[in-house]
Amino acid sequence: MKRTSIKITSEKLNLQECYSFVEDEACGGISAFIGTVRNDTQGKEVTQLDFSTYKPMAIKEMQKIADLALEKFEIKKIAIHHAEGMLQIRDIPVIIVASAKHRKAAFLACEFAIDTLKETVPIWKKEHFSDGEVWVNAHP
Amino acid sequence: MKIETLFFGITTDLVNTSSMVVEVDRILNIAEFKIFLKDKFPQLENINSYAVAVNEAYATDDVVLKENDTVAIIPPVSGG
Repeated sequence: MKRTSIKITSEKLNLQECYSFVEDEACGGISAFIGTVRNDTQGKEVTQLDFSTYKPMAIKEMQKIADLALEKFEIKKIAIHHAEGMLQIRDIPVIIVASAKHRKAAFLACEFAIDTLKETVPIWKKEHFSDGEVWVNAHP
Repeated sequence: MKIETLFFGITTDLVNTSSMVVEVDRILNIAEFKIFLKDKFPQLENINSYAVAVNEAYATDDVVLKENDTVAIIPPVSGG
């Protein structure tokens, strides 16, 4: 049985697909984290976000996170899906869904997966404003 | 020795390309390759830090490069 679903796509992410993947008769709870494109950054209005990826490596790093989450938490299955390309305000760049016998593990696995993804997965976003654009995190 | 080098995020803009094959005349580890790159592209100084991946896996400074390795320059990531 496949316990992880990893995907990077330029198509719209599908929450139902993630849910259907993790859903399981042995599970008492499913937790989801959905990242959404916000309309401002530090008080400045964002018009859109452009996500670029080093896709083969990003897939491997996302797979590592999913495998580690299965090891660390008592979860049954986990899906980590990320979008690439140009996204508009309210669009969804990332969905993480985990199922578990008991809810706590599912919550923890989602938090672990998004926190780690933001640190290790080679994906970059460029914020577009009405008067220019900037790579996020490039100048810490 | 030929090393395919990939650039991502802000580094693509800094060097004006997303990939190139660079020729190095001796065996280098990652730390030495970073110095080589900085000489070739002084504009990389404009970012505080970047990680390096070799053949799609993060590599530490002591990893030694081999012929036909693919090196990726990974500026601070910002997915999610």
